Amino acid sequence: MLKPKISVNNLYKIFGSNTAKAQKMLDEGRTKDEVFAATGQVVGVNKVSFDVNPGEIYVLMGLSGSGKSTLIRLINRLVEPSCGSINIDGMDIAKLSLPELVKWRRKRVAMVFQSFALMPHRNVLDNAAFGLEMAGTSRKVREERAMQVLSQVGLQAYAGKYPSQLSGGMQQRVGLARALAVDPDILLMDEAFSALDPLKRVEMQGLMLDLQREQQRTILFVSHDLEEALRIGSRIAIMEGGNLVQVGTAHEIITKPANAYVRKFFEGVDTSRYLTAADLLDPALNGHSQGGGLCLPWSTTLPEAMKIVLDRSEPVGVTDASNRLMGCISARSLLSKISQEARHV
Amino acid sequence: MSDVLTQITDATRNMLPLGSWVNAGVRWVLEHCGKFFDAIGAVVERFAGAVEQGLLAIPVWVLVPLVVIIGTRRLGWRFGLFAALAQALIIVTGFWPQTMVTLGLTLSATVISLIFGVPLGIWCARSNAINAIVRPVLDFMQTMPAFVYLIPAAMLFGLGRVPGTIATVIFAMPPVVRLTSLGIRQVSSEQVEAGNAFGCTSTQLLFKVQLPIALPTIMAGVNQTIMMALSMVIIASMVGAGGLGNDVLASIQRLDVGLGFESGLAVVLLAIILDRLTESFGASRKRDN
Repeated sequence: MLKPKISVNNLYKIFGSNTAKAQKMLDEGRTKDEVFAATGQVVGVNKVSFDVNPGEIYVLMGLSGSGKSTLIRLINRLVEPSCGSINIDGMDIAKLSLPELVKWRRKRVAMVFQSFALMPHRNVLDNAAFGLEMAGTSRKVREERAMQVLSQVGLQAYAGKYPSQLSGGMQQRVGLARALAVDPDILLMDEAFSALDPLKRVEMQGLMLDLQREQQRTILFVSHDLEEALRIGSRIAIMEGGNLVQVGTAHEIITKPANAYVRKFFEGVDTSRYLTAADLLDPALNGHSQGGGLCLPWSTTLPEAMKIVLDRSEPVGVTDASNRLMGCISARSLLSKISQEARHV
Repeated sequence: MSDVLTQITDATRNMLPLGSWVNAGVRWVLEHCGKFFDAIGAVVERFAGAVEQGLLAIPVWVLVPLVVIIGTRRLGWRFGLFAALAQALIIVTGFWPQTMVTLGLTLSATVISLIFGVPLGIWCARSNAINAIVRPVLDFMQTMPAFVYLIPAAMLFGLGRVPGTIATVIFAMPPVVRLTSLGIRQVSSEQVEAGNAFGCTSTQLLFKVQLPIALPTIMAGVNQTIMMALSMVIIASMVGAGGLGNDVLASIQRLDVGLGFESGLAVVLLAIILDRLTESFGASRKRDN
């Protein structure tokens, strides 16, 4: 069993002065709105537990007000937890003293912000070197390192410019470079690409995936965009009203949404391309032997399966990971599944 | 009817003897804290004296071209030309030495205002409680008629440039406090979070994030403080602060319109040069290319 990089246990964040009463109400199963009506305390995060594996891109999804931005800020304690533990590398971050916390933030964790949050008085190079400068790295070393990460994000030619002279996409590359410069194990990205136009957003997602291939970091990514989550997420956690309602891979979320709230995210999104052969089995052909014909592995994507199945008159078999027959796909089951998915769009 | 009104106003006139309390308070301070105020006075006297001596020691043929060059570089040749003509006008009307004294008083009062005002503004930005206390005090300092400060200042510090400088500091400090506080509070929460997320200590957060981002706003406050100080040092001539204010005062006493215009014009020209130059330093971060 893989040891998780980040392990969050029973984490609460309640905004207000009398959190004890609010927490008691939450433990009795009251909702965020009921707690607010009774105590005036705002529940940010309600008893959340989850693990993030090393090298994983873990996407926190939810509508605004669902607590996802609060949750990501609890991880590096930009927001102080009310209760609970955040275990990273055998340390409980929630219990670190302020100097220990500052030291940890300088070395192990970095953050990318929705509004970029660059320093307007510093040029691109000095912005990228910001974290290293705070940690007291010498000018020569930090500028060398900043230059290196700027070339990773394709901005080495802009080192002497100021943020106000760059486009939004370029500014966020600087934000990303600033985070990478400290060489963190953990990257926290709060709606990092939400302020960019759709084309730039996809480009930045690609850049991030490329960088992730070069060097695996543990990334916690907040988003309200399902397509983004599906594209980059190893796993997706969906938040509603401060609660974690579902955690799973893109495939699990799409094929088995936990409730109507989760299903609502699919509206307007073409989810069919996340389906695999295993989702397309024809129940009418259960037990049907495909008679030594063609077999597809379960993970075959829908477009590939479509090409093959529609070419043949007889059903095509699907085998699981250990090469056992799971069932068959017919042209009929395939089309009915597609029409079902199309209803979301 | 009018008898009744007179009776009422007579009866209420001394119901709250606020004025005599203030008098008693100042007298008490004079008796018990004389040494303390003498010490402050000595420091201010030495500082303001040094600034004035320093300015008077710079030869005219150095200072005038210097102002013209700086003005041209920061604001263009038009302003350079204006600065040259304005200074020439002050010299040929014979007000150069007084203008330097006034400039000296303005600068020393401004420096003292900044020494106290900027930290106070930072404190106000960091604590809502302090802000709630300081704000009404600033309102008081700014709106109390400026002359009123001259009375206790003269009683505590005698006559001369010390009470003038101190009254000026009180009158001119509010803008820099307010705008320092405002500038820091306007730094976006994500920029502060970015500072914290990358491991700033609270000192680093202040000096590497908050103050630099707030700088244009703070500079606007500095500019306002200089302008208010200039207007106040003219009034402060009533307690013998010296400079152009003496000529303005003399023109009033002698009903000499010509003298009033000449000395007033020197104040205006000095004000314009100071205002544009300090403003240009505040806006210096608009870089192109």
